[in-house]
Parts: sequence; C-alpha cells; structure tokens
Amino acid sequence: MYRYDEIDRTMVSERVEEFREQVEARLSGALSEDQFKPLRLMNGVYLQLHAYMLRAAIPYGTLNARQMRVLAHIARQYDKGYGHFTTRQNIQYNWPALVDIPEILEQLADVEMHAIQTSGNCIRNTTTDPFAGAALDEVEDPRPWCELIRQWSTLHPEFTFLPRKFKIAVTGSEADRAAIGVHDIGLKLVRGETGETGFEVHAGGGQGRTPRVAVKLRGFLPKNELLAYLTAIMRVYNLAAQRDNIYKARIKILVETMGPDAFTAEVEAMYRQIRGRDLAVPAEEAARLTAFFPEPSPVDRPEGAINAPGFARWRRINVKPHKVPGRAIVVISLKPRAGAPGDATADQMDAVADLAERYGDGEIRVTKEQNLVIPHAVAAHLPAIFEGLEAAGLATANAGLASDIVTCPGLDYCNLANARSIPVAQALSAALIDRGLDEDTQGLTIKISGCINACGHHHIANIGLLGVDKKGEEVYQLTLGGVADNGAAIGKILGPGLTPDEAVEAVTACVAMFRRERRSGEVFAGTLHRIGFEPFKEAVYGQ
Amino acid sequence: MRAITANRLTDGHVVYRRSDGVWTPSLIEAERFDDVAAADAALNAALRDILTVVGPYLIELDGDEPGGRKHVRETIRLKGPTTGTSLLNAGGR
Repeated sequence: MYRYDEIDRTMVSERVEEFREQVEARLSGALSEDQFKPLRLMNGVYLQLHAYMLRAAIPYGTLNARQMRVLAHIARQYDKGYGHFTTRQNIQYNWPALVDIPEILEQLADVEMHAIQTSGNCIRNTTTDPFAGAALDEVEDPRPWCELIRQWSTLHPEFTFLPRKFKIAVTGSEADRAAIGVHDIGLKLVRGETGETGFEVHAGGGQGRTPRVAVKLRGFLPKNELLAYLTAIMRVYNLAAQRDNIYKARIKILVETMGPDAFTAEVEAMYRQIRGRDLAVPAEEAARLTAFFPEPSPVDRPEGAINAPGFARWRRINVKPHKVPGRAIVVISLKPRAGAPGDATADQMDAVADLAERYGDGEIRVTKEQNLVIPHAVAAHLPAIFEGLEAAGLATANAGLASDIVTCPGLDYCNLANARSIPVAQALSAALIDRGLDEDTQGLTIKISGCINACGHHHIANIGLLGVDKKGEEVYQLTLGGVADNGAAIGKILGPGLTPDEAVEAVTACVAMFRRERRSGEVFAGTLHRIGFEPFKEAVYGQ
Repeated sequence: MRAITANRLTDGHVVYRRSDGVWTPSLIEAERFDDVAAADAALNAALRDILTVVGPYLIELDGDEPGGRKHVRETIRLKGPTTGTSLLNAGGR
C-alpha cells in the first residue's frame, strides 16, 4: 500500500488544525452557519436528519488492518458502535458530534487517512476494482495510477471549485468491476498493439437525475500522458460547463450538449496544447508509486477445507480465484438476512482487521457493492477465515447473489432523501432468502436509492428501485435492465409506482420470473432482451 | 398546528423550540402555533439563535405527531431511524 511522505503528512495534519479552528469559530459565533457550511463540507461533514455525518475517504477502497482498527475505534468511541460502508468505497459515520470531529480527523490522520474532498464540487475519491492486484483477468494493477490521480487531484487549485462534483473510476481488468461507464471519467488499462499498456479513456457518464453512459474519447493513451489528458478533460469541462443550473452542471450534460465528437475534439485540442510539459509522468515516479503495490508472494500450500456447516457454500459463493498461486480473494458480505446493507459494527471491523492481518498480508478493500474484501488471503487458511467471520457474524454466503442488495442510507438518515431504502432492502433480503429465491442468482443485481441522486446506483441495477415522494407518501419506481459492468446500461421504468410492500413483492416477482425464464448461463440482461419487459410487467402488475 | 424544529449545533441532534425559547428534544414540550404571524415571529427569533441550533424551520403537526406532507421525514427525525434490525446502538456510546 501507499505510505504517506512528509508532504502528505504535513498537508493532512495542517488541514486538521485548520478545521479545528473553523469549528471553534463556528461554536463561538465568529462564523455563521452560512460561512461554516462550505468549510465543513470540504472536510466531509454533512448535517443529516438526526446528527452530523462524517464521510471519511478510503483511497480507491484500499486500507490496512491498522486503519480498519482506527475506523472501529472511531465507531465505538464517537459514534453508536457501527459505521456504514458506501457505494463510493468510503465509510460514513452517522452520529458524530461536531465538537468531536476535529479529534476524529486527528485520529484518522495518525493512520494516513482524511475526509478531504469527500464532499463539494471537486474531484472525489477515485474508485477502482476491489480485486485490483489480485484479479485473474487483470491487465495491470490500477492502484498506482489511482494513487497518482489522488495526489494530482488533492487540493488541486484549478479543480477545487468545479461546476459540480467529479468522479473518476479506474479498472485494470477486462471485467469492469469499477463501473467506469457511469463515471465522469472512466479509465481502463488496456494492452496496445505493441504490447505496452495504456488507458482507454471514457467521459460523460453518471447517474443521478440524468443518467448517462460515458462515451469513449480515446482507445489508447500512453500511461505517462495520463495527467495531461485528465487535465485537458477537466479544463474543457471547467471552462464550458453550465454553472448556473446544478442539474445541468455535470460533465455528462456538457458532453451531450456539445456532442461526443465535438467534446472529444476540444479535449484533444487542449491535450495537444499541454502534453509533453510538466504534466508528463516521469518513469521514475511511476516506478516509485508502483513499488508501493507489490504482488503478494505465492504460497506453496494446498487450499484448506473443513466439513463445518456452511463452509462449502461460503467457499463457492464468496471466495474468488487469485492470480497468485496459493492465494484467494475473500469477499465479506455486509448483507446478512434483513440487515442494513453496508453497516458493520466496531467489533466486526476489528475482526476483519485481525483476519486480514493473520491470513491475508493485512490488506482490506471496500467494494462499491458495500462489502469488504480480503484480497490476498492465503488459501490454506480459508477454514480459519471462515470460522473467524462466522464468529463475527460476517460469514453470510451471498456475495453477488440477489440478496447482496445495494442501498443508499435513504430517508432514515439522509437529508436529501425522499423515501426510505434500508427497510425496503431488509424486507426484500428476508423475502428472497426465506422463499428460496436467492439460490443460484450469481450476478443478479438489485439496488435501491431513496432519491433521484441515485447514491444507491439503482440506474445500473438489473432490478432497481427509486424511492420518490408522492403527496407525502413513499412510492417506489421499479426499473429493469440496468448494467454496471461491461456494456453499462441504464435501467428503464417498468410501470406505475409502488408502495413499500408492493415494491418488495414486485422485486421478488421479477427475481422469480428471471429464475424461471433464463436459459443456461444467461444473465439478467440477456433474459430481459430475449423475452422483453411484458412478462415482467405482467408478473408485477398483472393481478 | 405547527411547531419549530432544528438541529442542535454541537451534535446535530433534533430539537424543538419551547415557548420560553429553550430547545428541547421533546416534541410534546414544543410551542404550538395555529397563527401564521405568531409562528413566523417565533421562527425569526429562532433563526437568530445561531449559537444553539442550525437551520430552524416550521413543521406541521397532526395532534402530538408530525403531520402534513413531510410527516414521514419528520416522524423519522422525531423517533429515529426505522431500520429495525440495523446495527443502531451496537455497543458504542
């Protein structure tokens, strides 16, 4: 993993002290709320329904055991004993007191973490494949490039006050586990004609009120040109985007308004102007960053197995192949039956830290599906990992199944939400599991958002729910056909809105329909394409 | 009938304004208004209380409970998250 240098340490610790002074100024009345609000947001502090919420960045979803233990300590000491892992691979605390937040940020800084740029109209935490550095199908580990982007974008003076927030995702594998198609910029490491690796560059994707799939700007960009090209995109966006209407200020609207060809031409022209100057990434700097992410060593021991109840199923569903012999990728589901998706107690975070340290080189990942991963587990220790997870209540064998539901915090916590999402997910997960509909649904995605901002990623779910307010009552729109990974697609609304109970029944009906109608090896999008929306509409609205 | 609510500055917790201007977590103790002018006058006073609360606003009541179009949101603010089996109060403070 990347380790802070003196510049990182100084910058983060100075930022903590600056925020401490800003909080004191607010409490004393020297700053009004209107003056303070943009300052707290720049440090990841929101005011939600019941309390302040602190969103801490987990750079490209990667953290070590020591950092996880500090996250657990913060949950225990300053919150209500738990944290919420988000669809942007970060963690949110729902109950910190404002007066405690400078102290929390200081403790995060002690383990090389912060909350900078987890809010506001700036470049947010870059996300990537949670299996980076471990995936069998990886062209190249994307994390050194994510770290380069982190350093380039953090407190970048030109890009601190953008028209709107800006999100970058990077994948190094053919299977896109980072959803690059629905990011402001999506980068994919690919192999060029002569065998060298570079980036395929996409831009203009996003979810929210106006969901769009990104367009491809370039098939191949030399890696050392990455910052020049990113700067060119950002500069065109920053100069040309509509700033007077927040609903039209994202890059996706600019790309659509200009047209993909014209936008690409502008970016390429800007790139030609600035390339080859001080934004070229020196080979030694790329090598320095790459050295922070060494490939784990092979392990010359056979994979472990036990006859414990549930082990074989957990092994089949939650353990993925690793590119290094003797290693395995362990997905830790944060989706127990009827649980709140993405929530983990302090004790569970400590347990994951212990297991990762003991059996997996100490590294942990957060996924956009709101699960955790031990990316470099020693396969010989899978039984011990399973037993440890089981003791912590974390051995739910549903990673990637229908009950692995993604949700935003919704109206139970969020100031922007129009409807609840967590209770719907809880009822839905119980219904799917109890009715035997969860079995054999690997790859089927269900995602729920409590408002049109789409933090629950419902647009790119095979089966999505969007909560809306209809004359004071919670109503859910059901969408079908969204795809997050390769061939990203936006789901389409199936029919009229549904009450919460109806929404649960409607989704289970769609899952049952898919299980009944699919052909061998067919994913949801394939079945939907083949049989159309009508059978699903009949299943949901037919009665 | 209406009442004034806000979030407490120091910890963000939900509070309601009493008739003596003191903020309380109890909706039952909140001052109630059936007169628009009186409600607006009290809200203006609340908006000046910047060392105690953030973002005061009026809510509708239905008896002793939140009412009107925002009744779900305000009931959740009053009673807490409805996430049932979630990990609320999982051992922290």
